[in-house]
Amino acid sequence: MAKASASSTSGKSGRSSTGKKPEAQPDNAGDNFELRSLQDSFEKDKTYKASEDELLGFYKQMLLIRRFEERAGQLYGLGYIGGFCHLYIGQEAVAVGIQSALEVGKDSVITGYRDHGHMLAYGIDPKIIMAELTGRQAGISHGKGGSMHMFSTEKGFYGGHGIVGAQVPLGAGLAFAHQYNEDGGLCATYFGDGASNQGQVYETFNMASLWNLPIIFIVENNQYAMGTSVKRSSAETEFYRRGTAFRIPGMKVNGMDVLEVHQATQIAADHVRSGKGPVLMELETYRYRGHSMSDPAKYRTREEVQGVRDKSDPIEKAKAYLIEMGYDEEKLKQIDKDIRAQVAEAADFAENSPEPEASELYTDVLVGNY
Amino acid sequence: MAIEIKMPALSPTMEEGTLAKWLVKEGDNVTAGDILAEIETDKATMEFEAVDEGTVGKILIEEGAENVAVGTVIAMLAEEGEDASSIEAPAATPEESESKPADEEKPASASSAEIMTKDQPKPKKADPEIPPGTNMVSATVREALRDAMAEEMRLDERVFVMGEEVAEYQGAYKVTQDLLAEFGPKRVIDTPITEYGFAGIGTGAAMGGLRPVVEFMTFNFAMQAIDHIINSAAKTNYMSGGQMRCPVVFRGPNGAASRVGAQHSQNYAPWYSAVPGLIVIAPYDASDAKGLLKAAIRCEDPVVFLENELIYGKSFELAQLDDHVLPIGKARTMREGNDVTIVSYSIGVGLALEAAEKLAEDGIDAEVIDLRTIRPLDREAVLESLAKTNRLIIAEEGFPQCSVAAEIQAICMEDGFDHLDAPVLRVCNEDVPLPYAANLEKMALIDSDRIIAAVKKVCYVD
Repeated sequence: MAKASASSTSGKSGRSSTGKKPEAQPDNAGDNFELRSLQDSFEKDKTYKASEDELLGFYKQMLLIRRFEERAGQLYGLGYIGGFCHLYIGQEAVAVGIQSALEVGKDSVITGYRDHGHMLAYGIDPKIIMAELTGRQAGISHGKGGSMHMFSTEKGFYGGHGIVGAQVPLGAGLAFAHQYNEDGGLCATYFGDGASNQGQVYETFNMASLWNLPIIFIVENNQYAMGTSVKRSSAETEFYRRGTAFRIPGMKVNGMDVLEVHQATQIAADHVRSGKGPVLMELETYRYRGHSMSDPAKYRTREEVQGVRDKSDPIEKAKAYLIEMGYDEEKLKQIDKDIRAQVAEAADFAENSPEPEASELYTDVLVGNY
Repeated sequence: MAIEIKMPALSPTMEEGTLAKWLVKEGDNVTAGDILAEIETDKATMEFEAVDEGTVGKILIEEGAENVAVGTVIAMLAEEGEDASSIEAPAATPEESESKPADEEKPASASSAEIMTKDQPKPKKADPEIPPGTNMVSATVREALRDAMAEEMRLDERVFVMGEEVAEYQGAYKVTQDLLAEFGPKRVIDTPITEYGFAGIGTGAAMGGLRPVVEFMTFNFAMQAIDHIINSAAKTNYMSGGQMRCPVVFRGPNGAASRVGAQHSQNYAPWYSAVPGLIVIAPYDASDAKGLLKAAIRCEDPVVFLENELIYGKSFELAQLDDHVLPIGKARTMREGNDVTIVSYSIGVGLALEAAEKLAEDGIDAEVIDLRTIRPLDREAVLESLAKTNRLIIAEEGFPQCSVAAEIQAICMEDGFDHLDAPVLRVCNEDVPLPYAANLEKMALIDSDRIIAAVKKVCYVD
């Protein structure tokens, strides 16, 4: 690519007074200094000390996501939901653990196409999410976005993006706006192990680190990019190390334990909020269902899936914590029943509310009238 | 109450399938997530999971059954406390009695929707009058563009400029000259050479409430970033039901420059003009460059603003006004005439005007229309001029196939047929990658002689 002119006035120019990176360390510092510092402090105490109320809140949110997604899968099977539909079952602790450590109204969040779970974790009404899935007027995008394209700017949730990896620079743009406006917010930018191999992710790492943007990059490593396992797609499967070349500290976190996720996010958020620039978190997780509804999932064994469900299910883990705390098991049964009822109500609403008016076809193409 | 388990649709297009294998039997207890059966679609064999807890009561469709329609009840599940053995099959065949609501009410056809809202009244727009006595100065397009950005940056703190070499280097083509000195590095930002990345960051910043002006050193390099322009910037407002706006301006030189070869010489106006959700502007002179860039920065929609390197240094008369803002979506009559209309935009307008002067010597009175905005296109201006002159050609510095010229031809044919006294012709570049050699490059690009020849042809002279 030939640029118009050859002269290069190189050298970093800090964008703002707070935007300067610390001076580069000697070469031998490598992976040892600040790039490991967050992981080290996390290793000292990995489990967030949640109160019973907090833990119960996490449990309920995760269970809501699980039951909602199961129902969405069922509605897909019945033809109420069309197109692509990517379920979050198995990954619930990631969205819930991270969201609970953010500040609603101050921080922003952006993710890819597997977004229903995130929407629920940010407290958005399951009815309008389900109605979007069924393509109804009452849906959060009036039925014009569908499963992969949902947004709630009111809650700081910026989508819902269907192009793998595109949300990463968009998230850095949101972080840029936080820095520009000096509003103290950060952007939590989620992407998968598959998106991690997109070039624009690294273009973004470079600029985010260069400009010290307030962003947490979150790799939800669910082990498979559609049908390709991380070992078959990635030269470096330890995704948290992939920021090293850009001097972004990494953290590896068990994404199946909501308390660990919450704890790690607090450490990452403190680092970002103190003006030290981006953090890269890798959350090791697992999706129980196929990539989308039409995935026969022949690239892994039934035993592998069952093994994760039996040994590491995030909801069972939270339940065990609650029982350990002395929480009444009977009450948990009641919670499950209540959530089932809530999801059934959302499904009824989504099945029975009207499709968009024909006039919606032409609304919101442009904001202005030209 | 017993739960009906129905034959699922396992792909967006599946209508029926084979129940290949049951993995549970009557009397088994299942929990959500347990695999019940294997189902063969035309594409693959899929596992079918339980969504509810319960005991398998009756299996209604035996394994091996083929062509089982989606929605058919294949088994019954007893809930906690129910006697699984006493469950009966449902009376009616459910896939017939229970049609989906989505099928019951077919959406109104697009044509009726069109009547309802497509043709919402457009505001009657015209360029603002220039008050008598206004001081007219000479300005280059380059200066006009820079002044537009500077004025908007003074008015609105949210406006910032980012791109390669826009700050310390003062702009690869000096369009951002002196902005760094006035606004500082927070608002005039040098990026690395990373188009895809910074186009995404600019788009995200707009979603976050800022007003980015993203400069591409040329639009040839924006092809690396076109995903964000089209998929991220143009579509989000629609997909979010109007929640998420994206007021970003992507600007930079477009079209052939001089002797830079095929990869650096391309007009992207037809590409971007094909995308609903974008505004596409391609000005010709300094006044339009300034007035329309200011309008673009204030616009709530994403704008692709196509400049031209070869006219950056050209001087034009510019009214000295406090706030020179022009309407988006409005063409401009550059020269009035009665015999024939030449429609053009960007650098083609200069060639069209040159051709019109020469044609006048031959007694042909040509009207020249500058589209200025390519999307939304000012169809009315084209059709009004056609109704007046009855002959029309389009001059476009770009490839002929699927060009803006082709679109104008279609508009004239569809909506101006009765006014036509001759076929609508287009004058475009040759349909080849732009060559480097000086003589070949000249042969490949449009010029005023070719415009004159086309005009004479539609006027049936020579």
